[in-house]
Amino acid sequence: MTAPVSTLLTPSSEAEVAQLVAAAAAAGEPLAIEGNGSKRALLRPVQAARTLTTRGLTGITLYKPSELVLSARAGTPLPEIEAALAEHGQMIAPEPPDTRAIFGSDRPSTLGGIVASNLSGPRRITAGAMRDHVLGVRFVNGAGEVQRNGGRVLKNVTGLDLCKLLTGSYGTLGVLTEVTIKVLPAAEASATLVVAVRDVAAGVRALSAGLTSPYGVTGAALLTDGAMLGMGGAVALLRLEDFLESVTYRAARLRDDLAARGQVTLVAQHASRALWRSVRDATPLGATAEEAIWRVSVRPSAAPAVAAGLQSAFGARLMFDWGGGLVWVAGPATEAAHAAVAEAAAASRGSHTLFRAPEPLRAAVPVLPAEAPALAEIGARVKAALDPAGVLNPGRMRAGS
Amino acid sequence: MIALPPPKPEILAQREEIIAALHLMLPADAVISEAIRLKPYETDALTAYRQMPLVVVLPRTTEEVAAVMRYCHRLGIRVVPRGAGTSLSGGALPLEDAVVIGLMRMNRILEIDFEDRLAVVEAGVTNLGITRAVEHEGFFYAPDPSSQLACMIGGNVNMNSGGAHCLKYGVTANNLLGLKLVTPQGEIIEIGGAHLDAAGYDWLGLLTGSEGMLGIVTEVTVRILRGPEGARAMLAAFKGIEIAGAAVDAIIGSGIIPVALEFMDKPCIHACEAFAHAGYPLDAEAMLIIEVEGSVAEQDSLLGKIKEICARFDPISMKVAQTAEESMAIWKGRKGAFGAVGRISPDYLCMDGTIPTGELPHVLKRIGEMSVQYGLQVANVFHAGDGNLHPLIMYDANSPGSFRDAENFGADILRLCVEVGGCLTGEHGVGVEKRDLMPVQFHGHEIAQQRAIKTAFDPRWLLNPHKVFPLETMPQ
Repeated sequence: MTAPVSTLLTPSSEAEVAQLVAAAAAAGEPLAIEGNGSKRALLRPVQAARTLTTRGLTGITLYKPSELVLSARAGTPLPEIEAALAEHGQMIAPEPPDTRAIFGSDRPSTLGGIVASNLSGPRRITAGAMRDHVLGVRFVNGAGEVQRNGGRVLKNVTGLDLCKLLTGSYGTLGVLTEVTIKVLPAAEASATLVVAVRDVAAGVRALSAGLTSPYGVTGAALLTDGAMLGMGGAVALLRLEDFLESVTYRAARLRDDLAARGQVTLVAQHASRALWRSVRDATPLGATAEEAIWRVSVRPSAAPAVAAGLQSAFGARLMFDWGGGLVWVAGPATEAAHAAVAEAAAASRGSHTLFRAPEPLRAAVPVLPAEAPALAEIGARVKAALDPAGVLNPGRMRAGS
Repeated sequence: MIALPPPKPEILAQREEIIAALHLMLPADAVISEAIRLKPYETDALTAYRQMPLVVVLPRTTEEVAAVMRYCHRLGIRVVPRGAGTSLSGGALPLEDAVVIGLMRMNRILEIDFEDRLAVVEAGVTNLGITRAVEHEGFFYAPDPSSQLACMIGGNVNMNSGGAHCLKYGVTANNLLGLKLVTPQGEIIEIGGAHLDAAGYDWLGLLTGSEGMLGIVTEVTVRILRGPEGARAMLAAFKGIEIAGAAVDAIIGSGIIPVALEFMDKPCIHACEAFAHAGYPLDAEAMLIIEVEGSVAEQDSLLGKIKEICARFDPISMKVAQTAEESMAIWKGRKGAFGAVGRISPDYLCMDGTIPTGELPHVLKRIGEMSVQYGLQVANVFHAGDGNLHPLIMYDANSPGSFRDAENFGADILRLCVEVGGCLTGEHGVGVEKRDLMPVQFHGHEIAQQRAIKTAFDPRWLLNPHKVFPLETMPQ
């Protein structure tokens, strides 16, 4: 990754963030917004003379394990939060990825960064996305005003839900300064059933069988090559997490249900956890440093057709999460490959994200699918309502906005 | 009392032309204009507020909704969307100069896909109707508001409805994939789809809970879930509110997330017992209903653990259901709580604040003091796991000043919820009921920011302009 050429602003308080943004808005000078800058290679590059980082805003400000709630300043590194939660046997349920390896960064994501990108891992399929666990935000809008939305309680429908709007907005609508999330107990036990399957279609069917069972599957992924598990061919992975006796019981029942679909082996506890960390971080995709990586979100039953299309288009390498609904794609960082991915996602009525690519490709292509004109007009007005001068991360998600 | 914005005289003057124009774009039976047939639409479940609308339309298709919206937009006519009219916050309250668009005839289930675990339904399908359509395969739609027999999914989306089981399964927002929306300008747009986390801004998240101010939802793609092998409840009764609160903390702290964790105070226990004869302990100050899921052995194990935890808090009594029937008996009183209070008091207001769960003893003590001060009885039922409090304030509408006192009492409770770190509404929505309390929770510039987003969707403020935001902030 190339270092930013822009000047780095590192405010150490929310008030300072507000001052800097207000001054930028008054001067009409765009700001790149980031936490640790670990995901600069995600989506489009921002052209801005100055970069505002929230890495100076750190620290957990509230943690009540019995109320399942934690607040931290936006620049707090995720591993620090995860360690504090682990002391009380709790976790961030959507299991956000550790993005260091995939983006070749030595810095971990910050809480603000993972929320601003709404990145969720395997447990998203049953526990919900990051956006489902954001209870409250403090942010500085593009006019330099400190705004609060949501709160610190688990159920709250007071006013418009700007927590969800800000989550996944990549710093284009506001600079997150503090985030409150819902946390949950980490399960006592983890076990994974590994099913040898004939092909992607059979694999997705096996994942659906697991997810439509009454056993509370919390991870459903498919690897096209089971070599890392010492198995040849494709493998479907189904995870169970709960108290040990429950996991033991359900693993046995689910194993019986799946037996007709292929050979089933059980991976337990430590090995199961390690396996899902690698799925979370897309390690089995095995993308090389020069390659581009896409995430394609589709209805699960459409995944085999997407996979077949991309394999024939450019020999894509693939892995699947979320029961087949998330297709990770690796391939050459070319406009042609990108067009094939965008087309395959659109043909299956899903959506694509150019997740990682060298800068020239990210600057040249629409990294996200276009919105219908009526929605794009609303989007432009919403952006203007939050960032009237258009100074926050211009072009980060879409060219010219 | 809540004020409504003054009607636009030019719209009132054109009423006959507007009705005639609506007749041209809709089937004859889809336009309601006679006073006697408009009457059912003048209020919702917040019956203290009533306002007859200009006219009601009952479209059957998204295209009909869009045609009405385009017409109303062109003429500057206000629009109020309506589902089943079960809102407890006045979410469906009409305006004198507004066209009410009722979605109840859009009640078709368009697609069910068990393999992909989703259903596509029109906005007027009832919440329970979705579960009924999928339960033969062991599936269900998770959010379960008390009104689920009547309330419609379009309304659930607009209010982001919760229920007793959202501690485990989340609220409406967590169980949606896509929407079909008619904009205030009458354009039809698709939000999300059959896939998770559509790229771009989270319009689905913003629209959910937007209380009919940003667009009219006509179709919803929901996630359906396979149910567990079974579920069972237990009841634990305690000598004090603080003690029951500490037991809740201990259960959550042990790593168990029950599928439901309900709290009732003494007045509520008594009202429910008199109504349902569920065998509730009348000597208890507080009672918990705790439900777990799984196989019979898993239920036994979890209920055993919870019983052990509760036993540390000197319970008056504990009762673990041995059968599904015994579970139903335990739930019967709780599910009938509103009706039970309705039986002992001519009228009641159901409040809906949320508090940090640790604040429960303090908040219930203060509510008790306010009850004495106002001279009005209150029964408290509480989703204890997530802090969502439902005080039921009893009053008599026939007694002068009683409703005003009840409203003031309710407002004081909600101020208290915000003061201790909570919020004005956990699942019922702001509607008109809590509109004027918004400045208690938000600063002026924060309300202005939310208003600016409403303006981005609806520049002319034609769609539900009298809800959520204090009236004085409404653009003229």
